[in-house]
Amino acid sequence: MTVRVQTEDFDIGFELKQLRLARQDIGAVVSFVGQVRDINEGDAITTLTLEHYPGMTEKSLENIISQAKNRWDIVDALIIHRVGTLQPLDQIVLVAVSSAHRGDAFNACEFMMDYLKTEAPFWKKEVTPQGERWLEAKQADDDASARWNMKK
Amino acid sequence: MKIKLFYFARLKETLNYSTEDLALPDEPITILKLKALLAKRGDTWGQMLMGKLKVRAAINHELVADNATIHDGDEVAFFPPVTGG
Repeated sequence: MTVRVQTEDFDIGFELKQLRLARQDIGAVVSFVGQVRDINEGDAITTLTLEHYPGMTEKSLENIISQAKNRWDIVDALIIHRVGTLQPLDQIVLVAVSSAHRGDAFNACEFMMDYLKTEAPFWKKEVTPQGERWLEAKQADDDASARWNMKK
Repeated sequence: MKIKLFYFARLKETLNYSTEDLALPDEPITILKLKALLAKRGDTWGQMLMGKLKVRAAINHELVADNATIHDGDEVAFFPPVTGG
């Protein structure tokens, strides 16, 4: 498993190739990329700043991958999350999973992203023309994460 | 006992504290009691830690509930619900 929290951008093509070519019994790679939007709740977004808790954030992401490995038959997983100040269209996060078949990879990728949203210590602050504001956690994200407790 | 405290995001910014070393009496203390103790520092502290804002806590990098007990040497952190991804 690979977990990276970094200010630098990442190359999706390179990362997916590493994951894909690691073993010959891999038949599927599923990935999710999150990027900065230029609008949120009706307001223009100039920049987005991400803060994290060094040490705990990495542990939390490793724990999310471990949980995915326990639940699905996956070969490997990768999470890269950026911190610092980003602009619209900048990549924020990459979650990617390799497995023999697509079903496990699709499920594990969505699970990891849903858990990351509610468990991993990252905080976003937006700059709009009206000023700065911290983002509030969303009920929809809690709901998305909670439904995995019911699914088998 | 001695603990290390960290604050993040809105808490860090409003309290104007990112980290501090705190000496406490040598007896077990829960997260809730620590929050109540810190809240006595002033109105802003009270509003941030015991007010309407949801505050999550971690001990040694593990998310914990308000009734979790803090021990000597622990690293304790307070922060708002997370918003990454």
